[in-house]
Amino acid sequence: MSGADLAPEYTTDDEKFRKENPMADFLRMDRMPHIWCPGCGIGTVVTCFAEAIKAGSYDMDKIAVVSGIGCTGRVAGYVKFDSFHTTHGRAIPFATGLKLANPDLKVVVISGDGDLTSIGGNHLIHAARRNMDLMVICVNNFTYGMTGGQVTPTTPTDANASTTPTGNYETPFSLPFLADAAGATFVARWTALHAHNITQTFSKALKHKGFSFIEVIAPCTTLYQRRNKLGDGLDAMEYYKEDADIQHGADTRSLDISFQGSIAMGKFVERQKPTFLDAVNDHYAKVIGDSYQLYGKTPLEKEAEEKARLSATKEAKIRECGAND
Amino acid sequence: MDGDHALAEGALAAGCRFFAGYPITPSTETAERFAERCPEVGGLFIQMEDELASITANVGAVWGGQKVMTVTSGPGFSLMMETIGLACMMETPMVLADVQRGGPSTGLPTLTAQQDMMQARWGSHGDYRIIALVPDSPQECFDLAVEAFNLSETYRVPVFIMTDETVGHMHEKVVIPPAEEIRVVERNWYTGPKEDYRPYRFDGKTVAPMVKAGDGYRFHSTGLTHDERGYPTLTPEMNKKLVTHLIEKIESNADKIIRVEEDGLHGADVVVVSYGITSRIAIRAIQQARKAGLKVGLLRLITVWPFCETKIRNLARKVKAIVVPELNYGQIVLEVERCAAGQCKVISVNSCGGAVHDPEEILAAIKEGAK
Repeated sequence: MSGADLAPEYTTDDEKFRKENPMADFLRMDRMPHIWCPGCGIGTVVTCFAEAIKAGSYDMDKIAVVSGIGCTGRVAGYVKFDSFHTTHGRAIPFATGLKLANPDLKVVVISGDGDLTSIGGNHLIHAARRNMDLMVICVNNFTYGMTGGQVTPTTPTDANASTTPTGNYETPFSLPFLADAAGATFVARWTALHAHNITQTFSKALKHKGFSFIEVIAPCTTLYQRRNKLGDGLDAMEYYKEDADIQHGADTRSLDISFQGSIAMGKFVERQKPTFLDAVNDHYAKVIGDSYQLYGKTPLEKEAEEKARLSATKEAKIRECGAND
Repeated sequence: MDGDHALAEGALAAGCRFFAGYPITPSTETAERFAERCPEVGGLFIQMEDELASITANVGAVWGGQKVMTVTSGPGFSLMMETIGLACMMETPMVLADVQRGGPSTGLPTLTAQQDMMQARWGSHGDYRIIALVPDSPQECFDLAVEAFNLSETYRVPVFIMTDETVGHMHEKVVIPPAEEIRVVERNWYTGPKEDYRPYRFDGKTVAPMVKAGDGYRFHSTGLTHDERGYPTLTPEMNKKLVTHLIEKIESNADKIIRVEEDGLHGADVVVVSYGITSRIAIRAIQQARKAGLKVGLLRLITVWPFCETKIRNLARKVKAIVVPELNYGQIVLEVERCAAGQCKVISVNSCGGAVHDPEEILAAIKEGAK
């Protein structure tokens, strides 16, 4: 076979690739190629997210993606939504402000295990406790990839990391248990092998009102796999295939993951509870009565307000005017 | 009304309807006032889990379309430094009041100080510029809160109100003018074609109009070094363009931003440069010095950052001495010394905080300067 026969039809710097790629509606093609390594699981998660959005025919203008820092933190920079790449650990509070300022938005946080459960751990549990209407996707690759393979709160005991060079002696978090205990109203876990299930779960979580937490166990081939002599991405898929079992509705206390041990997957929690904003509005409607103006207006009211806002700005950008009160 | 409550009222008058906060003495009353007033005015208050979260939720809320404010004091201000950097990098308009108390660390939670003045200027890592205003009364807490929002919208920058425990807890008459008499700068919303939208413009003089998430622009913003599209561009060249813009958009407009109050500067031998609560003590000392026949002027800094360099430089050529009393071990005096550049004596009347000066201390420094 000649070299020409092997040349791919599309390459990353090909105009055609950018235009005709099936992900072109979802990705900022002008930012391709991405930085993720071959065999990394983050791309799978992004693809599944795009599939779930496509399947649900959502208005893509009303979806916002917020990420923190790290390999998964780069997701916000690649997806073609209103997207924010914030500081380390702070994706959830940023998303909280964004959602509360504009309740029409579906706000999705996509970040990694180090970002969400270590430096951002406090924000995770409090957003879950409040049942803040956010969808949180945690790509758990058991390591800090961007900084070179350090131990995280989810690294299994005995696994090797660059800051535990003779093996991890700490006890990891079981993230579904953590999210459930903190008050999340939708909790699921899959591995990066189970793309179809991830997509279905994302579809459900997009429709869920309240705090949803989806953990996706994903391979870090360059650091975690290599340092622990676990082979490449394909070896990781084989591990997931052999040792991951669907256990929908399992008691979240039983979901620990030991080093190369079995992984329980599925949807563990789905319950209804007032969201933070519902609780605010219900509370004030009760104590103040009919005169209370609900925070977060109806789409029609918003549209009218929006039109007025834009035309007013056009006429005079800085004007002498007063506040409403 | 006390200064803390006046801050909340000023924010509401400026159109602020979102406040994510975390309680800390002596700033808590502002959060309480806002929480109480919110349901009446269609606003939302949320008490976050810590200061890291409260300021970050505010930045998120700005990009969701709101005008936002938070308040804190020293220990919380330290925690907020991380996201202040993000807000500067994302060019996010927001207002933050630091009701200063004695430090370092937990320090003197209920006692006054002006020890965070340099932290306001330099506290987050990297090169950037912010605007900082200092009120000397509850009335000015109200007025400067409105002004802070106007400046933050004009320059897309965090604006700090560097007040202190004494002004925060001082009860005085506060006049809230009718809404139509209050000048409010609204956000400069982008209205052009979607495909032409750029969230940033690095010309060092102006700022790009904003949009909010959900408007259909599907834009990106990041704390990384970025281009005018908001896309990460990690090169020394782009960082130079970006950082120069962040600095120059404030520096090149410094004359428009800076506000000072002057009294008796013409023909003065000694000028007291002061700000916030300390300037009220300084007035007493100046009155006594004038009675004793000394020619003394007062320059009260309402805007501390950017610093009124030209003003100090010109004064230094004309006077014998500049006296700088402040409730810290000598912070703004360093700026005064830099600008005076040896042209006159600069006398620091410092303090470790906890209580305002005795006017006698300032008077002694004025007499020393007049020699």
